[in-house]
Amino acid sequence: MTPGNARMILKGIGVSPGIAIGKAYRVDRDRVSLVYYYLPSPAQIKKEKQRFDAAVDKAEADLKEIKSKIAGEFPEHSFILDTHIHMLRDRMLYDETIRLIEEEGINAEWALRKALENAQLIFAKIEDEYIRSRISDVDYVAEGVLQNLTGQNKRSVAGIKERVIIVAQDLSPADTIQLQVEKTLGFVTDMGGKTSHTAIITRSLDIPAVVGLENVYQAVRSGELMVVDGYAGRVIIDPDEELLNYYYERQYQLENYRKEVARCAELPAETEDGYNIKIQANIELLEEVVAVIDNGAEGVGLYRTEYLYLNLDHPPDEETLFWDYRELAEIIYPEMVTIRTLDLGADKLPNRMREWKETNPALGLRSIRLCLQEDELFRTQLRAILRASGITKNIRIMFPMISGLGELRAAKDILNQVKQELVQESIEVDQDLQVGIMIEVPSAVAVADLLANEVDFFSIGTNDLVQYALAIDRVNENVAHLYEPLHPAILRMVKQAADAGRLAGIPVSLCGELAAEPLYVPILLGFELDSLSMNPLAVPRVKKIIRNASLEESKVCLQEVLQISTASQINEYLCKLAWTRFREDFELFKDQVGEMPAADGNLR
Amino acid sequence: MKKREITIRNKLGLHARAAAKIVQTSTQFQSRISIIKNGREADAKSMLDILTLSCPQGTRIELCAEGKDDAEALAALTVLFDNKFDEE
Repeated sequence: MTPGNARMILKGIGVSPGIAIGKAYRVDRDRVSLVYYYLPSPAQIKKEKQRFDAAVDKAEADLKEIKSKIAGEFPEHSFILDTHIHMLRDRMLYDETIRLIEEEGINAEWALRKALENAQLIFAKIEDEYIRSRISDVDYVAEGVLQNLTGQNKRSVAGIKERVIIVAQDLSPADTIQLQVEKTLGFVTDMGGKTSHTAIITRSLDIPAVVGLENVYQAVRSGELMVVDGYAGRVIIDPDEELLNYYYERQYQLENYRKEVARCAELPAETEDGYNIKIQANIELLEEVVAVIDNGAEGVGLYRTEYLYLNLDHPPDEETLFWDYRELAEIIYPEMVTIRTLDLGADKLPNRMREWKETNPALGLRSIRLCLQEDELFRTQLRAILRASGITKNIRIMFPMISGLGELRAAKDILNQVKQELVQESIEVDQDLQVGIMIEVPSAVAVADLLANEVDFFSIGTNDLVQYALAIDRVNENVAHLYEPLHPAILRMVKQAADAGRLAGIPVSLCGELAAEPLYVPILLGFELDSLSMNPLAVPRVKKIIRNASLEESKVCLQEVLQISTASQINEYLCKLAWTRFREDFELFKDQVGEMPAADGNLR
Repeated sequence: MKKREITIRNKLGLHARAAAKIVQTSTQFQSRISIIKNGREADAKSMLDILTLSCPQGTRIELCAEGKDDAEALAALTVLFDNKFDEE
């Protein structure tokens, strides 16, 4: 039990580890407070219309300025700004407000609010969900005009003066870019999840962050003292002295532990009995290479290539991709970089945003299936990867979501054609380029022995494998509790794939979140994998625990675990093992309620 | 007054992007222009009017223009609809 008390303790998702203690700074998106009154004379009415016009003019100028700033960079945002500019002068808002000022003799704020409420009523009746939700754009536009009318301005993240903890409902990528790192102690938001943009950015900036808190923005006042516990995903508002001291102490201990772990991050992950396993990093942005190197990861086991395809009108061209891959591979050299080909849903493809409806996108046209259909898109990416491989010679290529041999052969055919093309153009490619696949669809596990004969390596993607094997959409809160990476079915599947790979003599890696969980180290070792790939920040601690473990012991552990019939019992077993066998590495992370460390994925 | 019947053929119907294009085009003309669906009328110069008319793919609408440049306005709008707002 934690000592002391606080005004409020909130539980969210810890997305970037560390403890921050400081004053809250709310990034306001509050509704402005409005004053309503009647206008006494026709002269006042005339003036009021001019005041309203000026406020609309200013809102339009503001929108145009933002648009010119982001021009080219974010065409999708640019289009949204265009529709906002249209809405400003729309008769439903503009003409109606003018009419209300004239006919009812009310002030502009009141008139605009009435016009807006009227629009809200009309939109609420629309059946089409997409159109109905456009009311949020109308709200936003009206809000801007109201702010101009009252002279209350939004506070922006760019204007922060002291070191603070940022509290927001949600931050757009643009907000996050404006964040001044040296002034930001920590970061909490109502929305977001582990893989949201903010999560990635805060992790790469090493700022403690907790997201998905639902109502922290409403709960906290600017200037209030708060604690962000990025490990446990906890946010404490206005703690008393006792609790505060506890957290200062904890911050100190954790920092020390982190430093100690970081000091030996470079050491290889070799068990007491001499078994070596490569620990690599999963990254999404080129910028993350710093974290890869700092945390002692031995290369990149998974480079997600989707980022360059988002927020663009057209897919990126070959040159852009080529330079991105080449730069990454050159920095990581002589370690290897495994580039995963595009793993996007059709709905996320440029030009298709919002325009693509599938009732079941997770089972729809996505990933390798999309690439096999969108020939040019796929070939452009393959050309870029192959060209980079010819120069750096440390690239491996990996196809996602392969469900069987047919798909694998089709993808390899195209790869070989592209290779031939490049050779004919006298462009060098790496002739020894290894081609592997993600094992993340249950059918791929079932035919892993067949697949293993036709690829150079396997990488088991547990996030999707859990999702597909257990039929759980973990973003769906109604079933998220059934998302169990330790489900016996998952462990058996991982074992089957790992065994098939070993039998065929190809290296097998595991690259889901499972790999980053220190608690799972004994079973991961028991699978006798060749490498683990994880979020770079998790690398030093996993390596340290591996160095204290032994392969023989881990094999026994896995055998025992495979006899256990439920995920929660397996979890219990692993907690006990961690507590007895790796006590010093779990001491600081034990759940504050009991003696046992909690395995909720926040143990990093 | 000029009129024309049109069936909406683009996949998304009159969503934000299409509506914005209609407004952009309509506001270049002086004529009063409206879109009529089942007797309900929307001002073709109002994005919110068009959106709230709620026209998915397959909807039959009537385009009406009244004014000096009504023929040109109707022609320009027809091109937009025929090209499915350059969506596909």
